[in-house]
Amino acid sequence: MPDFVKILVDLLSSNSLVTAFLVVGIISLFANFVSAKITRGRIHASAIAIFVGLILAYIGGSITGGTKGFSDIGMFAGIAILGGSSLRDYAIIATANGAKFSEIKKCGFVGIFSLFVGVIASFVAGGVVAYIMGYRDAVSVATIAAGTVTFVVGPVTGTAIGATSEVITISIAAGVIKSVAVMMLTPFFAKRIGLKTPQSAMIFGGLMGTTSGTSAGLAATDPKLVPYGAMTATFYTGLGCLLCPSVLYAITKLILG
Amino acid sequence: MIYGTALLAACMLCGSYMGNILGALLGLNSDVGGVGFAMLLLLLVTNSKKLSEKLPKGTSEGLNFWSGMFLPIIIAMSAGQNVYSAISSGALAVVAGLAATVLAFILVPVLGLMSKKNTVDNAGEEE
Repeated sequence: MPDFVKILVDLLSSNSLVTAFLVVGIISLFANFVSAKITRGRIHASAIAIFVGLILAYIGGSITGGTKGFSDIGMFAGIAILGGSSLRDYAIIATANGAKFSEIKKCGFVGIFSLFVGVIASFVAGGVVAYIMGYRDAVSVATIAAGTVTFVVGPVTGTAIGATSEVITISIAAGVIKSVAVMMLTPFFAKRIGLKTPQSAMIFGGLMGTTSGTSAGLAATDPKLVPYGAMTATFYTGLGCLLCPSVLYAITKLILG
Repeated sequence: MIYGTALLAACMLCGSYMGNILGALLGLNSDVGGVGFAMLLLLLVTNSKKLSEKLPKGTSEGLNFWSGMFLPIIIAMSAGQNVYSAISSGALAVVAGLAATVLAFILVPVLGLMSKKNTVDNAGEEE
């Protein structure tokens, strides 16, 4: 008797990108069904699909102890290629196909301003929480605060100002939580915060900053808004890397003495 | 199909190149706004009549295919997030991440008002 399971697993593993297409297709089908039949269209199918993705990521992480969610399970490794930063950026750029220059110009100065406000607000929120929960030295507070900006800025800042690896790990986790929270909460708050025009999407992208969170959150709200939000969000991490280890760290140091 | 796919690739690589150069000029070892530049490049091509007429037939099919693949790619991305260790690394990370998200949500309508005021002001000046 041939080992049916082993042959199947080997097949799925050696064609992992194709397997990933199938997995994402099944998730989408399931999400469409739940959206239409169970929530009667009240919750967008893409919001459900992203949520299912996050649950699978949690399961993958808890089984394997790896860092890449569901794709750490051997035969699903293709998920990491399909959802990796290279193809993600590529597809985000493709969404600009339907966007209009005139809408971007309309936003103008406020779009740039929202980037600064977004970085500073996240930094302050993260810093205050770190302080309240027991961190008192400027290096740790600034690193955790920077991680709240995005999970790239945290380690960049922490390495630059000499934080411990434990603090850097917390900072990355804070950034991941933020990006997951943006993915999940955006469709629910979109109406209340007036997220419906290209301009509001640009402000949203500038304030949230996480490219993954912004693009997924907007996809689950109104796919037409994705290019506008992603456009500003893409400058956010760079600005964070610029401000956090320098000005914002200096101010933190000044306040904490 | 391939023309649209290749056009996107060209935009992405040029944009990232610009982003990396900007990053290097700012003294950072990273890509600053590469995706943003790439999107602007693509917009330059597709929003200009002269250029978009010259694109080979089938280019837009390629662009549409990949913008349609956006959502599946985002779903795969969410399945590849490090959710488990982020949640299990403790309350501090969870609270800090949530606090920043909520604060940013609150600020969206605030800046939205500013933007509206701006456009009204501009419209007033133009008249």
